[in-house]
Amino acid sequence: MPGFGLTLGYTLAWLSLIVLIPLTGVFVKSSALGWDGLWRVWTDARVLAALKLSFGTALAAGAFNTVFGTLVAWVLVRYRFPGRRLLDGLIDLPFALPTAVAGIALTALYAGNGWVGQWLLPLGIKVAYAPLGIVVALVFVGLPFVVRTVQPVLAEARRDIEEAGATLGATRLQIVHRLMLPALYPAMLTGFTLAFARGVGEYGSVIFIAGNLPRVTEIAPLLIVIKLEEFDYAGATAVAAAMLLLSFALLLAINLLQARLSHRAGGLR
Amino acid sequence: MTTNEPRWLRRGLIALALAFIAFFLLLPLVAVFVEALRQGFGAYLRALQEPDAWSALKLSLLVAAIAVPANLVFGIAAAWLIAKHDFRGKALLVTLIDLPFSVSPVVSGLVYVLLFGAQGLFGPWLIEHDVRILFALPGLVLATIFVTFPFVARELIPLMQEQGRDDELAALTLGASGFQTFLRVTLPNIRWGLLYGVLLCNARAMGEFGAVSVVSGHIRGLTNTLPLHVEILYNEYEFVAAFAVATLLALLALVTLALKALLEVRHGDALAARARH
Amino acid sequence: MQIRIDHVVRHFGRHAALAGIDLHIRSGELVALLGPSGSGKTTLLRAIAGLEPVDAGQIHFGERDATTLSVQERRVGFVFQQYALFRHMSVLRNVAFGLDCRPRRSRPTRADIDARALELLARVQLADLRDRLPDQLSGGQRQRVALARAMAIDPTVLLLDEPFGALDAKVRVELRRWLRDIHDATGYTTVFVTHDQEEALELADRVVVMNAGRIEQVGTPEEIYAQPASAFVFDFVGHSNRITGRVDGGRFVAADAATSWPLPTPQADGPAQLFVRPHDLMLDAQGQGLAGTVQHLWRRANRQVLTIAIDGQPEMLELDLPLHDASSVPAAGTRVQVAARHFRVFPVAA
Repeated sequence: MPGFGLTLGYTLAWLSLIVLIPLTGVFVKSSALGWDGLWRVWTDARVLAALKLSFGTALAAGAFNTVFGTLVAWVLVRYRFPGRRLLDGLIDLPFALPTAVAGIALTALYAGNGWVGQWLLPLGIKVAYAPLGIVVALVFVGLPFVVRTVQPVLAEARRDIEEAGATLGATRLQIVHRLMLPALYPAMLTGFTLAFARGVGEYGSVIFIAGNLPRVTEIAPLLIVIKLEEFDYAGATAVAAAMLLLSFALLLAINLLQARLSHRAGGLR
Repeated sequence: MTTNEPRWLRRGLIALALAFIAFFLLLPLVAVFVEALRQGFGAYLRALQEPDAWSALKLSLLVAAIAVPANLVFGIAAAWLIAKHDFRGKALLVTLIDLPFSVSPVVSGLVYVLLFGAQGLFGPWLIEHDVRILFALPGLVLATIFVTFPFVARELIPLMQEQGRDDELAALTLGASGFQTFLRVTLPNIRWGLLYGVLLCNARAMGEFGAVSVVSGHIRGLTNTLPLHVEILYNEYEFVAAFAVATLLALLALVTLALKALLEVRHGDALAARARH
Repeated sequence: MQIRIDHVVRHFGRHAALAGIDLHIRSGELVALLGPSGSGKTTLLRAIAGLEPVDAGQIHFGERDATTLSVQERRVGFVFQQYALFRHMSVLRNVAFGLDCRPRRSRPTRADIDARALELLARVQLADLRDRLPDQLSGGQRQRVALARAMAIDPTVLLLDEPFGALDAKVRVELRRWLRDIHDATGYTTVFVTHDQEEALELADRVVVMNAGRIEQVGTPEEIYAQPASAFVFDFVGHSNRITGRVDGGRFVAADAATSWPLPTPQADGPAQLFVRPHDLMLDAQGQGLAGTVQHLWRRANRQVLTIAIDGQPEMLELDLPLHDASSVPAAGTRVQVAARHFRVFPVAA
């Protein structure tokens, strides 16, 4: 097939120019700091708080999305009801809607005088300008990931597996719990991972609703931006490096878990 | 089917799922429009006619007009390479192409600051030659290209792999050149997937916030894309104006979703089968 | 456990999948539901299992009316065409599944469950594969596990849906014999669905031939083959030839009007078709048969097969002759006369 040399050269060149070389800049700059320098930044209280907040809220939102995203996928695949098609199309909204738009909309909803916020405030629940608000924003952003990874697996599910379970005496609950869910766990985990990874790095939809108080509601990406504005390139890079390394480690762990799960599960096929 | 959940449970689950989607997805979308029209339609229109809003719109369109074709060409080249040839390191290449997806948008902007910022690698050289990359159009374009880098490729690669090489090989045996083969055989086969990828790429390119925020400098009227303009208006407590501009982006999102659904319904078999995103 | 099916009806939209089925299956019998696709045989099997509701009629398991019982309550052992083994569980856990799901009160101890599952695996000769996953088994092995799993719940009846359909020809034949052995050893009332008449005739105590939602005939394999009750049964079970003509005065007159044969039993006059097996046809040297031209000859195992185009007949006849010597076989193009030994004549529906 012709075109190998041309496309290989172009692809590698473009890839290096746009992605690889700029990304290595992070590592070059980080190594310029040396481990001491990096460690000093990483153990700074403000940085630690930001990292904990970013990863913690992403975890919470990811978990929440895994449960409800699976529910939504289940309902979309298994049931017929008016508006199902519309609902299915709407799931991708967070992919299509710019994060800044989501950010201001969510803030309008959950601020103390907002549509939803005004009902929650008397109950003592503060959403906007609190970590809970960050979680809400990340739920919005990460929702499609879980739904879209679980949906195809559910769609492939074989009816005769369920029927087999019924003939053997299993109740509906036992069928769902022992036969169907185990096949979904790998997909749910993948969806969680994608939502989590997205949530850790999310910026636009969070900075409006978060409040951005250092050490309280300041996410790591925002800290990077602040450091850049202060011309603390080194500090910004260090935080970025921390995010990249931590994400990489977590994703690796999840992938290993995934591999083990997939090996045992077989799916409903 | 006698092995289904009882009807009340089904209804309950449907209601729960609908409530969840309505609350977390629909409500924010509705809020954008309601807040934009809070002071009436007149105020809404006036906000959209502000010269700064217009510059932001034009800038967003310009950036997308450069970034999307760039990634389109790359996507086609990469997909041709990966789907129609065999070589070692393919999996690695695909992973590398996917990298921008797993990087935070802010970090995507950071990498260009490290290269072209005042203290960056090329900083001094740029200042010397009075070339502006950051805080100017080139920076915005670069950051946007980075962030939307994989979109077209991710759609075309599995699609072209699924379609195999038989058609192209047949064309070659009949005497067509590589380029002719691509133009007359491959392109028609992938046109819907291409459109799909371009659609998603464009939506992201026009809506990107974090990466461009870092490289933009926020110079009103000059280096503000639509999303950045929304931020500025919001931070100045110009809420109605901010939401008004946001409705433009929301409408873009809705159009994107509608076209996406249309493509999936009409040409679903001509799109890559595996789950995207 | 005997099964009684009383006038069971099942519609899918306007299509009647089961148009009134009456059937009595004796306890311990091995019954085959035989028919082409769309005959309703699988629907009937699933209706017995409770996987398909019925629109009218009743199903009794012994004395008990099972029509309103749920799938779980009926305790039927169902073996699916694609095995439906649980891919994330070991073979042993698959077999034990039915017991694992029992409510706490009636559930045996884990040790007892495992022992019983192992016992069944031994019965199907797969005891040493207990810890494997279904994906690691061959098709034949999976089917045996599926059967062991179905038997583990001590079912009222064993139902098998085209159990060997997805297997190689050789494995199919082996498993057929094996299924018969298992049935004889356990004594479960067993019903299986197949479209393969060879399988039905070889395995079953009785065969139920179905067509378009109705039962055409119920009988032993010998009865079905030698005394088919309708044109459909004759045609579906075994090779058959069909000669068009009419019954006139106690004789069957072929369409060319030149040949006629006396009928063994009196039948009403009218348009009819004569059905005859290939091995019941012969070449009549005396020239008293259907006139035709030899089209094609070939050997099948140790038989000589001929196709002959008969004057005035729309369909060719296939003759299956023992192979004596090559010289007595006419060449293609020769004019011959064909006579029939045993045959059946069925009236043609107006």
